[in-house]
Amino acid sequence: MNKNKNYIYAIIALFFLMLPVFLKDKYWIDVINNIGIYAILALSLNIIVGHTGLFNLGHAAFYAMGAYTTAIVNTHYHIPTLWLMPVSGITAALFALVVARPIIHLRGDYLCIVTIGMGEIVRIAIINDLFGLTGGANGIFGIARPRISELVIKSPSDFYYFIGLFLCLTIYLFSKLEKSRFGRALNYIREDETAASGSGIDTAKYKLAAFVTGAAWAGMAGNIFAAKMTTIAPESFNFWESVIVFTIVILGGSGSIPGVLLGAVIVIGLPEIFRDLSNARMLVFGLAMILMAIFRNRGLIPPLPRTYKLPLKKFIKTEEA
Amino acid sequence: MEFFFQQVTNGLAVGSIYAIVALGYTMVYGVLRLINFAHGDLFTIGAYLGLTLLAATTITDKVGGVLGLLILCIMVMGLVALAGTLLERMAYRPLRESPRLSAVVSALGASIFFQNAVMLIYGTQFRVYPHDILPRTVISIAGVDIPVMRLIILAISLCMMAALYFFIQKTKIGTAIRATAIDQGAAKLMGINVDRVIAIVFMTGPALGGAAGLMVGLYYGQISFTMGWVYGLKAFTAAIIGGIGNIPGAMIGGLILGLVEALGSAYISIAWKDAIAFGVLILILVFRPTGLMGERVAEKL
Repeated sequence: MNKNKNYIYAIIALFFLMLPVFLKDKYWIDVINNIGIYAILALSLNIIVGHTGLFNLGHAAFYAMGAYTTAIVNTHYHIPTLWLMPVSGITAALFALVVARPIIHLRGDYLCIVTIGMGEIVRIAIINDLFGLTGGANGIFGIARPRISELVIKSPSDFYYFIGLFLCLTIYLFSKLEKSRFGRALNYIREDETAASGSGIDTAKYKLAAFVTGAAWAGMAGNIFAAKMTTIAPESFNFWESVIVFTIVILGGSGSIPGVLLGAVIVIGLPEIFRDLSNARMLVFGLAMILMAIFRNRGLIPPLPRTYKLPLKKFIKTEEA
Repeated sequence: MEFFFQQVTNGLAVGSIYAIVALGYTMVYGVLRLINFAHGDLFTIGAYLGLTLLAATTITDKVGGVLGLLILCIMVMGLVALAGTLLERMAYRPLRESPRLSAVVSALGASIFFQNAVMLIYGTQFRVYPHDILPRTVISIAGVDIPVMRLIILAISLCMMAALYFFIQKTKIGTAIRATAIDQGAAKLMGINVDRVIAIVFMTGPALGGAAGLMVGLYYGQISFTMGWVYGLKAFTAAIIGGIGNIPGAMIGGLILGLVEALGSAYISIAWKDAIAFGVLILILVFRPTGLMGERVAEKL
């Protein structure tokens, strides 16, 4: 069984490794790259919304933090964008720490609206060219591509491997996180905050930690986005961006990594297939969201219910024994 | 000082519009505990329907000024109430028993749907309202220039708020709405038809929102298909500032938000207007997590 599973994984890995070789159309590679970036972003939001159950509709703010940190530092000091990846993550995390600290105690819907407000404030600050750094509505141009010593990552298929690698790392780390003490604590908070705090979990601390972790990863996704586009503008980080990421998490199955990945493929990939419908596709998108909410409200791939087997047999003598 | 008072009148006019949209949010939230993200788009629909009806019926030319406007307003309110009822039936009723998160997704989906439907029907460009419907005269009181239009907007809004307050507090249906807001199950046991109450809420709230859309069209003279989102968010902010689910709170919250915005954009910077509004929201929630007039609810165990 386990051996078969490994074969399947190997085939999937080989398929994705070879994909750019066979897929000649650069446009579709780029679509897949976008799916990858959104998948990273959605996985980061999944920590906050999916695992901890905190409504965050301002995730684009953290994404923007990362992208703008990279853009500003790179264009001013010419530090390679790849080095700036952790810097972007840390900036976004620090920002999350500062803004989430006072609002973390708010109840669900209030938190939701405050995160929307936070996201809007960040976007307005960027548009208004705060401290003369952000380039206002025009954004920032001429961000360098990432480079690994001599190798410059520039073509869509280069980025395909770059994003794929980071996505794999993200999936690996987050699946470890899920099973860790930290991840389980977050799940308790989602299921029943009062009970969690009653059993000795410092809920405020863990909720804040969830925010900071999610923000750090969103910041790094922002770094990749900035390096891939080489130019960024405030409109890439508006409220609907947050909504799209939120939708990916909920549609795919909040709290489930395979679900979130599938969500990214569907939400970002499917509209590309229906490009000819151009204007009507957002209409269909809205309709699909309503239908999904009604008919499949746990998402496409909901997380497996975790069952704990107690070693009862040791203690109870059954009839057969 | 005159400048200050002029900003105050402006703030009150805009704030009263926020307040009316906020009432719709607050009513829906009070009864269903749901942020109706599509409410702002019902507001947009109101603005566009108003323009269409204005062009199609030329009612303000036929019947003249205030009466024509009143008829137009009632027509818009009726149609938007219909849209609200449809929204509730299609997007929210099937989700009554589902987890909160799915209702939020459904509401966002409905918002995207409405916004794009308006875009497909009316196009992406700004639409212009006729200029001569509301009087453009300016009266001067003690050195403060006040456009009559602002006074009219303020008067209409106050009338609507008073009517709604009367409806909620004094009528039988209003009592049923309040009872449902407190405890749906208990209301059901007392013989209240909860489905009907929710349907009525989804007519009243959107009707008010639609009227506000019409007023914005008349006041600013131009409308766009994305404006519902900004007004919706502002109105929701107003509802939260006042304490969501609380009707007088929504009115006061709307007026406060309008004033803060007007004074903020006059004395600080107009480019930061929206950021100031949200900053105030965050500050209020940090210090009073249930809004200014909200009561602290003990957590249910």
